Amino acid sequence: MKRKTAGLASLVLLMSVVSACGNSGGGTTASGTEAGGTTGSADGTVIKIASQSPLSGSSSIQGEAIRLGAQMALEDRSQEFKDLGFTLELVPYDDQGDAKKGVANSEMIGADQAVLGVIGHLNSGVSIPSSVVYEKYNIPMISPASTATEFTDRKLKVANRVVARDDFQGPAAAQYAVNELGAKNIFVIQDKTAYGQGLAEAFRDEAEKLGATVAGYEAITVGEKDFNGVLNIALNKKPDFIFFGGLYAEGGLLVKQAREKGITAPFMGGDALDSSGMVEIAGDDVKDSLYSSVATDITKTEDGKAWADKYKEKFNKNAEGYSVYAYDSMSVMLDAIKSSIDAAGGKIPTREAVRDAVRATKDFKGIATEVAFDDIGDNIYAKVFIYKFEEAAYPGSLVSEVSK
Amino acid sequence: MLSSILSSLPQVLIDGLALGAIYAVVALGYTMVYGILELINFAHGEVFMTGAFVGTATLFIFDDAGFLSSAPGWIVYFLVILISMIITGLLGVLIERIAYRPLRRAPKLISLISAIGVSFVLQDLIRFIAELITGNYIVSGISLFRGTFELGTSSLSSTFNDSFVKNNTFIIIGVAILLMLALDLFVNRTKWGVAMRAVAQDRETASLMSINVNKVIVLTFFIGSALGGATGVLFAQQYGTIDPYIGYILGLKAFTAAVLGGIGNIRGAMFGGLAIGLLEMFASANLGLITHGNFGSEYKDVFAFAILILVLIFKPEGLFGRAVKEKV
Repeated sequence: MKRKTAGLASLVLLMSVVSACGNSGGGTTASGTEAGGTTGSADGTVIKIASQSPLSGSSSIQGEAIRLGAQMALEDRSQEFKDLGFTLELVPYDDQGDAKKGVANSEMIGADQAVLGVIGHLNSGVSIPSSVVYEKYNIPMISPASTATEFTDRKLKVANRVVARDDFQGPAAAQYAVNELGAKNIFVIQDKTAYGQGLAEAFRDEAEKLGATVAGYEAITVGEKDFNGVLNIALNKKPDFIFFGGLYAEGGLLVKQAREKGITAPFMGGDALDSSGMVEIAGDDVKDSLYSSVATDITKTEDGKAWADKYKEKFNKNAEGYSVYAYDSMSVMLDAIKSSIDAAGGKIPTREAVRDAVRATKDFKGIATEVAFDDIGDNIYAKVFIYKFEEAAYPGSLVSEVSK
Repeated sequence: MLSSILSSLPQVLIDGLALGAIYAVVALGYTMVYGILELINFAHGEVFMTGAFVGTATLFIFDDAGFLSSAPGWIVYFLVILISMIITGLLGVLIERIAYRPLRRAPKLISLISAIGVSFVLQDLIRFIAELITGNYIVSGISLFRGTFELGTSSLSSTFNDSFVKNNTFIIIGVAILLMLALDLFVNRTKWGVAMRAVAQDRETASLMSINVNKVIVLTFFIGSALGGATGVLFAQQYGTIDPYIGYILGLKAFTAAVLGGIGNIRGAMFGGLAIGLLEMFASANLGLITHGNFGSEYKDVFAFAILILVLIFKPEGLFGRAVKEKV
């Protein structure tokens, strides 16, 4: 019996070694060697584009949206690349919203020579360490969602994003709260993550600059369910506005527990609350809550609505806020790859060429946003949008729009 | 400063009591198993979590069957707790049979590692099942008693504010007290309770007195786990949203409560749970005020655990524990 299992184990081991060899073999053919050209003529040289987002875990709804949006753009344009002699392939990776996992995946992506670009990540905390690995391998990345300032401030050649920065989102939210809603006594809560704290601080500083008082600045711990302690402080301070920098799992519970305590002040959060999970957790209590988002409501335009219908038809899921940004990111990436193919005379381009082509993107018109990257990879056309949950249904309705 | 601490005190006390009651009942599971086997059952937090998921799933099944609208809420609540208790109780027995009994003669450290292993397995098993069925492992359940109740605490004294209490908070405190009373009666007044205490005192001698030690151990695991499962249901009802990792932090705090009260001591665990819950809630609401904003509410656990360390320095056997003489 024991010998049998040992035999089986070695067989499995052998098979995995064989398949690994197969993989690396595929990698070298795709990297544009002479042999690659000849085998490529059969069904086209494979160009892989990876997506990295949390496909499991608490942000999986948004992560899945990124994967599907990227997939849709890739499939829409696969014929165009087939005509050029290339087969497009999406390789979805699950970063679990975890920096360690994201970096480990990045190393695997870097090792696969057929990968020319990455769409991702969702979380800034994952995008930042992973981008260092991409920089090492010269793989361009376009994040459809990471908003932390540090992501592009390190001036990496590979890091780009199509959405707004936190130091723009936080102040935009504060301007809306103070100028439009007349908030004077604001209570700020954050979740001690790079994203939550950065957003909350940006909001707090701008609100103070605009003349509002910050009655309290408190923190909660991600993963806990009981926030009565922090809310008791809020109850004491009687704020007329509550801002939360953090994710929807905690945000939903905070609104719910605040309303149960009789705190009626408007509740606002950042783009991480831009999820149907928020409504699922908070239920009816979500009504009248606000969130700022770097994602627009695409159903407001004709093109966007048609796109959302197509998405729904294709995946049998409603488009989330980031779906369309992933779609646009992938389109930008494909444009860059195509122009580098042209520049390389119809051959497969190098990663460096694609990287520089992505950064050189100007006047791209997508479904959700126009894209032109500045010299550090921020999109100069990025906007911040303010939404409100009028009903206990996702998404909320667009109430305001702030551009730079 | 004092006036604002005082004005929020009723609210803090009630929230702290509810949280403390949950800690207390979960702590019972740790303390009972430790009392009998001198084993820290680290999987107990996960048993609690499983109870929360079983309760939520049962409610969904009831809802599908249309049972929720036809039966009064308290009957449904009672049934859900009962079903959850039976399932988690059996789960506890199963864990003991698979992970602890084969290791009973092995060094204590080995069973401890086995317990940690079981807790990982349970987390990922529940996560897998929840994701398979609902597509997301964070599950929002149905709340049976959604209303809130305004307690006129300001009429007691003008320094107090009114406090808001969820109806479910009363249920938590009520059910927790009932469970603890029932356990106390069971252990102190019944034949099986006597057997349990005998095994805890000296397993070998107890077996010579014709006590079936294995049966007592199984019973202990059943009761401890069932209590954990019941608390899981209460927790899911209170917070509405559960995930497979709720058992980790909560289990750690409940274990701390058991140590604070004197591990192995049932009344000590109850007291320890309430104390930790109240301390945590008090610290979280007032730490910023007391330290003038230098330490915010995020340091609540530091505060609670610092108190634990202080207690253990001066009374290592815990508040209610008896100093055990080294067996020679």
